[in-house]
Amino acid sequence: MTMAALPPDWPGGFWLHWGVFVVVIFVFVMATIMGFIWFERRAMAIMQARLGPNRAGPFGVLQPVADGIKVMLKEDIVPAKGDKVVHWLAPVVAFVPALMIFAVVPFQGGAILADLNIGILYIVAISSVTTVGVFMAGWASNNKYSLLGAMRQVASVVSYEIPVVLSIVGVVLLAGSLSMQQIVMAQDIPFILLQPLGFLLFFIGALAEINRAPFDLMEADSEIVAGFHTEYSGMKFALFYLVEYGEALAISAIVTTLFLGGWRGPLLLPWLWFLIKVILVFFVIVWIRTTVPRIRIDQLMALAWKFLFPLALINLIITAVEILVWPAGSLWVLVPINIAVMIVLVLLWSRFFKLGWGKVEV
Amino acid sequence: MIGLDIAFWILAVVGVIAALAVVLLGDVFRAALSLVLCFLTVAGIYITLSADFLAAVQILIYVGAISVLIILAIMLTRDVQRGSPSNRLRLPAFLVAILFFGGVAYALLNTTWQVSSTPPLEPTTPAIARLLFSEGGFILPVEIAPILLLAAIIGAIVLVREK
Repeated sequence: MTMAALPPDWPGGFWLHWGVFVVVIFVFVMATIMGFIWFERRAMAIMQARLGPNRAGPFGVLQPVADGIKVMLKEDIVPAKGDKVVHWLAPVVAFVPALMIFAVVPFQGGAILADLNIGILYIVAISSVTTVGVFMAGWASNNKYSLLGAMRQVASVVSYEIPVVLSIVGVVLLAGSLSMQQIVMAQDIPFILLQPLGFLLFFIGALAEINRAPFDLMEADSEIVAGFHTEYSGMKFALFYLVEYGEALAISAIVTTLFLGGWRGPLLLPWLWFLIKVILVFFVIVWIRTTVPRIRIDQLMALAWKFLFPLALINLIITAVEILVWPAGSLWVLVPINIAVMIVLVLLWSRFFKLGWGKVEV
Repeated sequence: MIGLDIAFWILAVVGVIAALAVVLLGDVFRAALSLVLCFLTVAGIYITLSADFLAAVQILIYVGAISVLIILAIMLTRDVQRGSPSNRLRLPAFLVAILFFGGVAYALLNTTWQVSSTPPLEPTTPAIARLLFSEGGFILPVEIAPILLLAAIIGAIVLVREK
């Protein structure tokens, strides 16, 4: 399949490339986040048999704009006994890494801010900085619910980082490169078929890392008000909200790039394929949110350490052996084998690992 | 390479200020945050040296994992905001630090550093992998480090296990 690949320094010139892509990425992220907020609220409403926001603009598409204006006009409240400097810095520390992830996301061949050799490692490293921002918010608020929410966030991120990174390594082994562009180029067969178990583990782990339902217990309203951003209002709260959706967008883009063949696809324009796949992944995230109930903190830890972690290790070993032993030309044969391996392993592990039965193991 | 020089000096100054803040701030939580900033500037210096893999690993391990663990440990202490009061050991500590700094500075200034004229490797990861894992590389230290870590982990589990 030949792609209309752009030259690596389109639109010419180092600084021009930088300037154009910084603007493009900022506009893309902001516009897509607003679209996602509307999309999630409407899709959830349809799934739950209610209307959702439908007043501002046709089908309520201007609802995120209205929300944005409202939140900007709100009073900025800082807790009297909180640490004011850290309270101010926390949303920034959380937001900047979330935006920086998109520097290495390829929108189509050559359309990338920086095609780093260590692309996916850069994403893993940068996204871990957001945790520090969340912790700053939880501590500076001088509120026990904020602190508890931040603690839960740290516990889940530290645990789920391991299966997520191990499942990324499977993809890197197949592609033979850490560069996001090279990973897309290597996917003559989308890696979701060659790495079905890796995809499953990555997707579950990523959902837990970005606090999406069913892993959203760091902001479980019935237990700890709103978690780490309980004491935030106005524009600072809006930044945390943007981080949440920015991370969801980032995960959709990363899943698209690593497992769904990125911008590659027949007929349509490459960037359009990229956008379609990103929206599809986000739809699945929303779908999971409306379907699965929230899990407990001990279940969260058990899932990471007893289910995802061993399966990620087994997946990595199987992938490594396959790459060493298998002739490079006939990768198609591996697709049914790997899907069968995934089904057997997941069924086997669900025998070992049962939630419930009235007893709690921590 | 004037841009690299500017980047280096900004990173160096910010790094030194952050490192001083870690030691001098009374608020332990803010000291830990300064430590995060210090780690980030070190990663920046790695980038100016074309060591991209090292920079990413620096951020991943030191900022993403170790500082978070340090902050968690700080949460378990009392009086976080005035947790680092000065005491009688201030002067001896200062003297030891000055002596250590003098020794390191002396050693650094009196070493003749070899400057390579070859352009930096691009991608760096295969070269690092070859050095670490291939024959004649550093495979023995690489294997020793996990065994040491495993021993430490088992020791920690034995120490905290309920009898």
